[in-house]
Amino acid sequence: MTDLTHLTIAEASKKLTAKEFTALELTDAYLSAIDAANGTLNAYTTVTPDLARAQASASDQRIASGSAGVLEGIPLGIKDLFATQDVHTQAASHILDGFKPKYESTVTQNLWDAGAVMLGKLNMDEFAMGSSNESSYYGPVINPWRADGSTENRVPGGSSGGSAAAVAAFLCAGATATDTGGSIRQPAAFTGTVGIKPTYGRCSRWGIAAYASSLDQAGPIARDVRDAAILLKAMASVDPKDTTSVDLPVPDYEAAIGKSLSGMKIGIPREYRVEGMPEEIEQLWQQGIAWLREAGAEIVDISLPHTKYALPAYYIVAPAEASSNLARYDGVRYGLRVDGKDIADMYEKTRAAGFGDEVKRRIMIGTYVLSAGYYDAYYLRAQKVRTLIKQDFETVFHAGVDAILTPATPSSAFAIGDKELAADPVKMYLNDVFTITVNMAGLPGLSVPAGLDAHGLPLGLQLIGKPFEEETLFQVASVIEKAAGTFTPKKWW
Amino acid sequence: MSVDLATVKRVARLARIAVSDDEAARMESELNGILGFVEQLSEVNVDGVEPMTSVTPMLMKKRVDAVTDGNKADDIVANAPNSDRNFFLVPKVVE
Amino acid sequence: MTLVDVRISEPKRYIPGATGDWEVIIGMEVHAQVTSQSKLFSGSSTVFGNAPNSNVSLVDAAMPGMLPVINEECVRQAVRTGLGLKAQINNRSIFDRKNYFYPDLPQGYQISQFKDPIVGEGKIVISVGPDRQGQFEDVEIGIERLHLEQDAGKSMHDQHPSMSYVDLNRSGVALMEIVSKPDLRSSDEAKAYLTKLRTILRYLGTCDGNMDEGSMRADVNVSVRRPGEDFGTRCEIKNVNSIRFVGQAIEYEARRQIGILEDGGTIDQETRLFDPGKGETRSMRSKEDAHDYRYFPDPDLLPLEFDQAFVDALKADLPELPDDKKERFVAELGLSVYDASVLVSEKAIADYFEAVAAGRDGKIAANWVINDLLGALNKAGKAFEETPVSPAQLGGIIDLIKDGTISGKIAKDLFEIIWNDGGNPAELVETRGLKQVTDTGAIEKAVDDIIAANPDQVAKVQAKPSLAGWFVGQVMKSTGGKANPQAVQALVKVKLGLED
Repeated sequence: MTDLTHLTIAEASKKLTAKEFTALELTDAYLSAIDAANGTLNAYTTVTPDLARAQASASDQRIASGSAGVLEGIPLGIKDLFATQDVHTQAASHILDGFKPKYESTVTQNLWDAGAVMLGKLNMDEFAMGSSNESSYYGPVINPWRADGSTENRVPGGSSGGSAAAVAAFLCAGATATDTGGSIRQPAAFTGTVGIKPTYGRCSRWGIAAYASSLDQAGPIARDVRDAAILLKAMASVDPKDTTSVDLPVPDYEAAIGKSLSGMKIGIPREYRVEGMPEEIEQLWQQGIAWLREAGAEIVDISLPHTKYALPAYYIVAPAEASSNLARYDGVRYGLRVDGKDIADMYEKTRAAGFGDEVKRRIMIGTYVLSAGYYDAYYLRAQKVRTLIKQDFETVFHAGVDAILTPATPSSAFAIGDKELAADPVKMYLNDVFTITVNMAGLPGLSVPAGLDAHGLPLGLQLIGKPFEEETLFQVASVIEKAAGTFTPKKWW
Repeated sequence: MSVDLATVKRVARLARIAVSDDEAARMESELNGILGFVEQLSEVNVDGVEPMTSVTPMLMKKRVDAVTDGNKADDIVANAPNSDRNFFLVPKVVE
Repeated sequence: MTLVDVRISEPKRYIPGATGDWEVIIGMEVHAQVTSQSKLFSGSSTVFGNAPNSNVSLVDAAMPGMLPVINEECVRQAVRTGLGLKAQINNRSIFDRKNYFYPDLPQGYQISQFKDPIVGEGKIVISVGPDRQGQFEDVEIGIERLHLEQDAGKSMHDQHPSMSYVDLNRSGVALMEIVSKPDLRSSDEAKAYLTKLRTILRYLGTCDGNMDEGSMRADVNVSVRRPGEDFGTRCEIKNVNSIRFVGQAIEYEARRQIGILEDGGTIDQETRLFDPGKGETRSMRSKEDAHDYRYFPDPDLLPLEFDQAFVDALKADLPELPDDKKERFVAELGLSVYDASVLVSEKAIADYFEAVAAGRDGKIAANWVINDLLGALNKAGKAFEETPVSPAQLGGIIDLIKDGTISGKIAKDLFEIIWNDGGNPAELVETRGLKQVTDTGAIEKAVDDIIAANPDQVAKVQAKPSLAGWFVGQVMKSTGGKANPQAVQALVKVKLGLED
């Protein structure tokens, strides 16, 4: 039965409808796979077999009665950042110890309404802060990909490392993820999966623990472009509970797949050729350019002059918002409490014990840059730089560019416990150098696998689109996917 | 701009995170590393640039004034570390 | 903000100290709960006094991933209030987060407005007095700004020896913080300001002004200085919850500061609490940490924007405000400024008066409302809302005087009957036989009887015509007060031959 887990969502849906197997059988196949693998890969923080089977049985009834939803019976993994009613929701943090919300996030509710099945909650960097999934309270996630001939464990990227690893290792058919600076696209690139961060405002943020409110967006990680399109359509909605949710109908993304690129203009930004970038990343990029040109797209060189300032601006804006967003974790209403001699002592001990090092670091930076006398120099300036970054993109889109092609990451997956990266937080932050501009400008960005590096590790290309034109990204990504093929890790776990 | 140990401790206090002297010393160097990195923003000319507010120009959505929520005190305190008769309990606050 | 002194120092307001005169400078920050069904950013109820945490949504309890959505009525109420304060309305304002930790502040920040409030500068005219000569002084007090913000929850410290109990029912209720300029110069002015502000809010229906339930609270900034000098260091007295306490707190605080300065000390800028039991202010122990609120625009909310048409529509719908009403009462109904002031001091009184005065003589209606109704209420210790006499009943009494059915004196009796037992004035006059006797024959007989019975008095009245009043009195007495006094007077004069 294990091969059921190798079906894409599109394939599984067809076969479920054709009654080749039941939703319960499909769910059980995934539950077995998780059972066998999770001890090694650590992709799930919690598995919910009873709930999954109950949902799958309900799906089977709906399939039988002809009232199946678009994701009927499809088993998914949910990033631990999404509130799921009465189910473990801890943002992979100790501070939310034992928290089981009495509510369901809008995005996950949309998925259940479409008939999907929840297998469990996926590991992640604590509060989505990280690029390696090593900051989780539940320990690091192991990338199912290893270098050729090596037994060294690699990171799956972060912060949605559990989502990416679970999708790549066939431990779920697809997964929800979130992206604040690259947390969908970088792990997708590190695991040979497809991830899309939609335009800010496309998916509701209601019920997703906030990291940096002006940057956070939910999106899917999937095995291929079509599955990503199917999942995004189900996740996205206009939500009156989220003031920043945008009032635009959700299009049929799947319909864009396979459309011709003829007449389309793809921009290649010169500022993305960063110093020290490996030659093979440059080669991958050139390959991508060649594929798109062959498919009929016009390739144009563009300039996004403020690119280099996106990362430093991000490391002011995101920690500042985080320092405020994470103030609610105070040991009063939910989660961890460490008793103290008075209220202030209780706060300080609880937060010291509940947050990990990376979260503390960002809260500290954020608190500092907002403190009296520094607001204008840091936060206000960074928000102005964001405007300039957004204007850079507007200028090239105005000049007729339909989408932008860049590498997704400056390297392939690195080793777990990399000492150089652990010693210097800024080095780790540089992992997001290609993805972060997209969040700063609120644009949609998609990472699609495009090849393997010299060690046999996956590499991705990133496509950046105009606001709310995710369809273009699926259209272009499907061309790259067709040319590059899909990539699966050799099973060693 | 850079921070000294006293500033690190003051910021930790503002953020309500207890830090030992060793932690504070480590944070001092890490924070200075990050602050040094973000320093490059000072070379950007932002004169007359509006700070970013929204990706898409739109009016803020508003709610109609109606009571549509509440009456679920049990749910509200369900995850509380300490509660009594639907109150949250905290170490005594002195005013 | 730059503080500008717009007032002229006047000796009548000086406070004498041991070493010379002092002047007190007062500014007020009033937190007024917006009248609305639901909270500023959530759909839970604003009703006061419900079971703990029952008026609480997931948003109010700051559960992970919860987001604020603004209540449009609260925006309208803030704009209405701004218009009522003749203030600048800002068509674009920003919600900021004010960050600090406190157990009744679930988010760890209060959503407020810092740099760009919804309402800018405005003004309130207060009337202070009367002074020894019975004169009132009108003083214009500047409004610095009005902004919208969330209320906090409530901590109770008396339920347990070592724990505080937290109830979030108030958490997220909309408040308007109305900040005055430092234009107030005495506790009387401060009290008049609060009273007037409350009156305006009640006229507008934007806040019920109920200080007992905490729907209006005042933070009072007090400093003292030698007359004509620069502003001194101020102390902020938090959460004073009655107008009387505001007066007491200012008196105490000004004395305290004068005492320190006269002893050669300096004032520490600090937050203090007023203890109504002792009538004193004391330093707040819990505020030992220097505050650094780290304000920044709330990224969950877009700027609050509306067009001029939105403001204009609210303006067109605004009720008549007390100052305008007062002017109209004086100009159109011929009331004295004093009477008009009394009548507009509360919207309920003004509404009552207008119902009585409709189609009747304004001055007479005013006299009845002020002297008889307010007098009786005051004597009975009743609030205006508890009046047992309706405007229709009082109007009926006035009508009966006007058409000559009853005398003014009987009218007072009738008012008392209605006050105690209720009833329709015209019917009561019939059933209780209160009708004025206008039949000349009956009056003539009564006059004749009195003259016949009092020959001594008849003799005296010829020498001293002013004694005619005695006969009138006797006749009124014998008719039970129902005889028409004018008719009696005329007949007495004729019968006694006093006609000239």
